[in-house]
Amino acid sequence: MPQFRKSISGLLMALVASAALADATLLNASYDVARDVYKDFNPMFQKYWKQKTGEAIELKQSHGGSTKQVRAVADGLEADVVTMNQSNDIEFLADKGLVAKDWAKKFPNNASPYTSTMVFIVRKGNPKAIKDWNDLAASGMQVIIPHPKNTGNGRNTYLSAWAWALKQPGGNDKAAQEFVGKLLKNAPLFAAGGRDATTTFMQRKMGDVLITFESEAEMIAKEFGKGEFEVVIPSLTMQTEFPVALVEKVVDKKGTRKQAQAYLEYLWSKEGQENAAQNYLRPRDAELLKKYAHFFPPVKTFTVDEVFGGANKAFAAHFKDGGSFDQIYLSK
Amino acid sequence: MATKTHRVLPGFGLALGYTLVYLSILILLPLGGMVLKASELGFGQIMDIALGERSLAAFRVTFGASLLAAAVNAFFGLIVAWILVRYSFPGKRFVDALVDLPFALPTAVAGITLATLYAGNGWLGQYIEPLGFKIAYTPSGIVVALIFITLPFVVRTLQPVIEDIEMEVEEAAATLGASRWQTFSRVIFPSIFPALLTGFALAFSRALGEYGSVIFIAGNLPLISEITPLLIISKLEQYDVLGATALAVVMLVLSFILLLTVNMLQWWTANRYKNNEPLELAAAKAAGGVS
Repeated sequence: MPQFRKSISGLLMALVASAALADATLLNASYDVARDVYKDFNPMFQKYWKQKTGEAIELKQSHGGSTKQVRAVADGLEADVVTMNQSNDIEFLADKGLVAKDWAKKFPNNASPYTSTMVFIVRKGNPKAIKDWNDLAASGMQVIIPHPKNTGNGRNTYLSAWAWALKQPGGNDKAAQEFVGKLLKNAPLFAAGGRDATTTFMQRKMGDVLITFESEAEMIAKEFGKGEFEVVIPSLTMQTEFPVALVEKVVDKKGTRKQAQAYLEYLWSKEGQENAAQNYLRPRDAELLKKYAHFFPPVKTFTVDEVFGGANKAFAAHFKDGGSFDQIYLSK
Repeated sequence: MATKTHRVLPGFGLALGYTLVYLSILILLPLGGMVLKASELGFGQIMDIALGERSLAAFRVTFGASLLAAAVNAFFGLIVAWILVRYSFPGKRFVDALVDLPFALPTAVAGITLATLYAGNGWLGQYIEPLGFKIAYTPSGIVVALIFITLPFVVRTLQPVIEDIEMEVEEAAATLGASRWQTFSRVIFPSIFPALLTGFALAFSRALGEYGSVIFIAGNLPLISEITPLLIISKLEQYDVLGATALAVVMLVLSFILLLTVNMLQWWTANRYKNNEPLELAAAKAAGGVS
């Protein structure tokens, strides 16, 4: 359980760090699997900030399910910055007045310093010859995904399949819903979360294909060995964003606006971008994307804004009670 | 006994006040807050949420699996408790300590372990699935997880009660000519039945709220293997706090009714067997000595 060891060492580091004297403290409320990214990024920023201003800064991390995290911030967790994996979670904070309404414009690239995409993981040698989304809906195929209604990972998969179906000749919402319905029928279960889906597919050997973030593929290689699976990139897939924002109310109260702003901006620096790339997240920096091209093959992506008119709209149409997901299951 | 009694220990008022305050802060306040929040929705709306196709299916799965798990534990838990009290064997203390493990283990760990064990390629699953039984990722998986989580409740409730049954009672029944089965069914069982009911009720109510272990083994397919706590999480994921509280309140009311029924049943049997019929008399009756 290397993850467990990591979290223990993370805890110890946090304890050691808080013992040191600091001029300012920042709390970063983040999503679950961001641990690896910020574990490396935080010391880099501390060093940079010390050199630039002479100020010792203490950085604390809080990780959890993205939606749980923003609810905690809304309920009073004093996070200076939020770094999430779904923009509708930040929208929620904007609605509550904790984050600026135009948060997506406060930083470049839609306030998302790096991206990932949804890819297929298939068994060694691709025995079922899976190439694209339509193969997943073929009869007799078993598809492993996390719960599309309750997990971000599952929602991205659902929307990717929907968008692909829309772009097919004669594609419309009705055809897309039918296609996604067929695909979901091939799911023998809905995993509790992204990592649970990975365990089900890799360790319990269930299913023919797992759909997950490209960044997770490298984690799987580390955990289960590179030769055990292959990555298949579909003809069209979602570019998933990882939006960041300043929690205005908290930084004003704590007087940490300057530091928090610099912290988030530093994600776009060469060092910050390279750290993302090393964690298998696609950097926005074109040069670095080229440098790490062996991790990041070319891929045709869409964004939720382009196809669904924004994360909130997509959520309401598909995942709210009575949305398209419910219709697929309850019409039977 | 109806006249005013002198209590042995002083401070009844203080103790009662403390009890009420303690229970209010710990239980009534959060539950009351929940009900208050849910009351922002009208009764009709709450019912609409509770009677939706998906909610009804989830209630069926949750209550069905919990009842089944509690029943299984009532039976096997009784055997475990009996053996742990009445027999001595090498490693008894170790086995006794094992019973508490489901309490201590984080429930998610339990769920992941059970899923791995019962999956098609797991240690147990590889032998069970060829026989046509699928456990992991089906409603049966939910029952298995709940049995695991709730075992200690029945065993730990029964142990002290079984310890209190004196051997002499059994001997008396035997000397009066009762068969072994008669001794068990008419002497021993009635005296442990109230405790068995308590253990059953505890196991059942714990199973209703269980989330962490179940979601890893259930499969979570809508209308088939979704439990109510998962629907509550699903509502929270939609920032629908009101809907989530509505579901929670309905579940709370249903559980309360069920628990109240069990408690009344227990009170009734306890009265019937304990007050009216001392064990010695039961022993004699069992043996056919007194009709």
